[in-house]
Amino acid sequence: MQLELSRDQRAFRDDVRAFVRDELSPATAEKVRRGEKLGRADWQTWQQTLGRRGWLCHTWPKAHGGPGWSVVERYLYETTTAEMDCPPIRPFGPKMAGPVICAFGTEAQKARHLPGILSSDVNWCQGYSEPQAGSDLASLTTRAQDGGDHYRVSGQKIWTGDAHFADWMFCLVRTSKEDRPQKGITFLLIDMKTPGITVQPIHTMEGSHHFNAVFFDEVKVPKVNRIGEEGLGWTVAKFLLEHERVDNAGIGVTKQALLRLKAIAAAERLGDAPLIDDPLFHAKVTQVEAQLMSLEMTALRVLSEVASGGSPGPASSLLKVRGTEIAQRISELAMEATGWYALPHQYGAVAGNAPPVGPDHAVMAAGDYIFRRCMSIYGGSNEIQRNIIAKRMLGM
Amino acid sequence: MDLQPSDEQTQLRDAVERFIRDADPFEARRAALDGAAPDDRRWRSFAELGWLAIPFAEEDGGLGGGPVEAGIVMEGLGLGLAPDPVLATWLAGGLIAEAGSPAQKAAWLAPAIAGETKLSLAYAEQGGRYDPAWCMTRAEPNGDGWRLEGGKSVALGGQAADVFVVTARTAGDHRDARGLSLFALPAETRNFGVRRYATHDGQGAADLTLDGVEVGPEALLGEAGAGFAPLERALDRAIAATACEAVGCIRALCDRTLEHLKTRRQFGRPLSENQALQHRMADMIIAREEARSAALAACLAVEDADPATRARQISLAKIEIARTATKVGQEAVQLHGAMGMTWDLPVGHHFKRLTAIAASFGDADHHLRRIARLDSAARRAPATA
Repeated sequence: MQLELSRDQRAFRDDVRAFVRDELSPATAEKVRRGEKLGRADWQTWQQTLGRRGWLCHTWPKAHGGPGWSVVERYLYETTTAEMDCPPIRPFGPKMAGPVICAFGTEAQKARHLPGILSSDVNWCQGYSEPQAGSDLASLTTRAQDGGDHYRVSGQKIWTGDAHFADWMFCLVRTSKEDRPQKGITFLLIDMKTPGITVQPIHTMEGSHHFNAVFFDEVKVPKVNRIGEEGLGWTVAKFLLEHERVDNAGIGVTKQALLRLKAIAAAERLGDAPLIDDPLFHAKVTQVEAQLMSLEMTALRVLSEVASGGSPGPASSLLKVRGTEIAQRISELAMEATGWYALPHQYGAVAGNAPPVGPDHAVMAAGDYIFRRCMSIYGGSNEIQRNIIAKRMLGM
Repeated sequence: MDLQPSDEQTQLRDAVERFIRDADPFEARRAALDGAAPDDRRWRSFAELGWLAIPFAEEDGGLGGGPVEAGIVMEGLGLGLAPDPVLATWLAGGLIAEAGSPAQKAAWLAPAIAGETKLSLAYAEQGGRYDPAWCMTRAEPNGDGWRLEGGKSVALGGQAADVFVVTARTAGDHRDARGLSLFALPAETRNFGVRRYATHDGQGAADLTLDGVEVGPEALLGEAGAGFAPLERALDRAIAATACEAVGCIRALCDRTLEHLKTRRQFGRPLSENQALQHRMADMIIAREEARSAALAACLAVEDADPATRARQISLAKIEIARTATKVGQEAVQLHGAMGMTWDLPVGHHFKRLTAIAASFGDADHHLRRIARLDSAARRAPATA
């Protein structure tokens, strides 16, 4: 048993570091380091750079364009890119639609959609949640009427991130009403330019726009855009929900957030000393650092288990619960560190339109804390994750 | 011992909550955050109803109310998410009332009570964190007046203020409680930079720069160098008042969350049938009552004759308010699911207001340290005979 990397693993990590050093724009890295909002120019450029290297869709099977990495190499890539302030990958194409099409798509569907995802020339969004179907996703009601060689889709999706610029949506629709709601669900790929689609922005409480409501009014979706069989969409959806690898990038991003917290606390003053020197504040930072250290070790244990042939099981639920809680706590302490400057609404500065109020290091902290309240809600709420642990790990 | 509200207090509460229900100030808060110009009709109503006059002595044109009465209004403002800078005007007005001459009160306090002008207290500075004694803004003698140089941070209510009460140092080093003085500065004074902005919770504030602001002797409130004790009392009043406002937000969040849990159905049944959520809802109610009690304790301590006792009790209360506000705010958002995150519902805005209250006039850590200093000093002091 050992923590150290092998020589080959170190060499792999050095390759990743060298690539990022050469290819990531310092201006973009600086924005990420400061926790600032990224524009499309920032993340799409980076994703296209990764795409040209064949590293964007790094979890895909080699046969479909993935680099064919081991689980340890994937971990090293994800944590190293996060630690070097690479923009987070927008997951809807590379981590969701892509793997689904690889696993369940026809050759024609793979040929049509995979290249655009691999190169990051095509953007995707996820049409899952509805106003009445959140945690209970299977109760969804967006309807797909049979039209011969196509479906006519009517209904509404909500909390759809990136829908305002996505080219395609992967979408769960109901093709029939059965005794069990899971049975009548079908998985469709929908061209966002199809007539009858309306995207309405939803602003989150800190003032920015990530999510949308998407309305479908008799939208024609050719049946060749269906993934898998009609009525078997839930199996495809479950593949996505369960297929989530341990998202190691989350840990890398959180480690950077901890560094940012410490930097803020070093820049802030309490009396004639930095805030980070205050025993009270330092203790709170150390407590969350201890939890993050433990979380990272848990991820490595799961990784090790998978690398030696085991399966992660419901460990992803555990990592999601604690990963989100720790990230939220760090954001809370960063906001606390800014004292009175937690109050100004810096949306103008965030969008780049106005000079910041107060010190630069304080600009993002409060908005970041407020926005990150959604981390324990999205991706399967932490309540649902606990249900999964109780049911599938503990048989309760 | 009797903690029941008097008839007058009950009537005030009923009037406040009725007004807030009818005025629906939440829309105004969202509009303010969206950049709309403020609507002064509600402010004029507050003046007409006499609420702006509540905490001021009758001889100053006030109604002679105390912290409990002020707290009743604040709770209503929290309940309804009214963005109006009532507390800011009371805080700055309270200093004018305490330290000002009759002429100064006529010039600045009376118009504020009448709803014609808005006031804001500007004491905090970048680098000073929450320490009320910290002041690098200096006031040098200039003829028979003064010349002020420095800056102020996050003056609450500053977005709409016409007149600022500003602390500046006439003696001592930057951390000396002695040597602090209070000045009244109209916003349009020459070389007085007022940068106005919205805050996350829609209340509004301002950052100030004083680049050689020249004022006459009439701008100094009270005695030069004697501003610290009134300032500390004002800040303790602010803590009691915002504690009550927090109770209003917490009440609203408990009501809305319970309603949500009872009506939202997933997996074929209302969320409220899940025992785990019942327990969390119960914890929110427990926290609500603890917040209510802490706010009451703060209101009753505000007028304590002994400054150390007052300070300690206010700080204990603030620690509890910060804890319960954070807990209820976070839980309400979480239990609403994704809907708790949107701009369009009050839940998120109550959460942001509670977050701001927890960070205002000293966060929990500031008050823990204040109590540590008070206790340490008490242990070192000789026992009284």
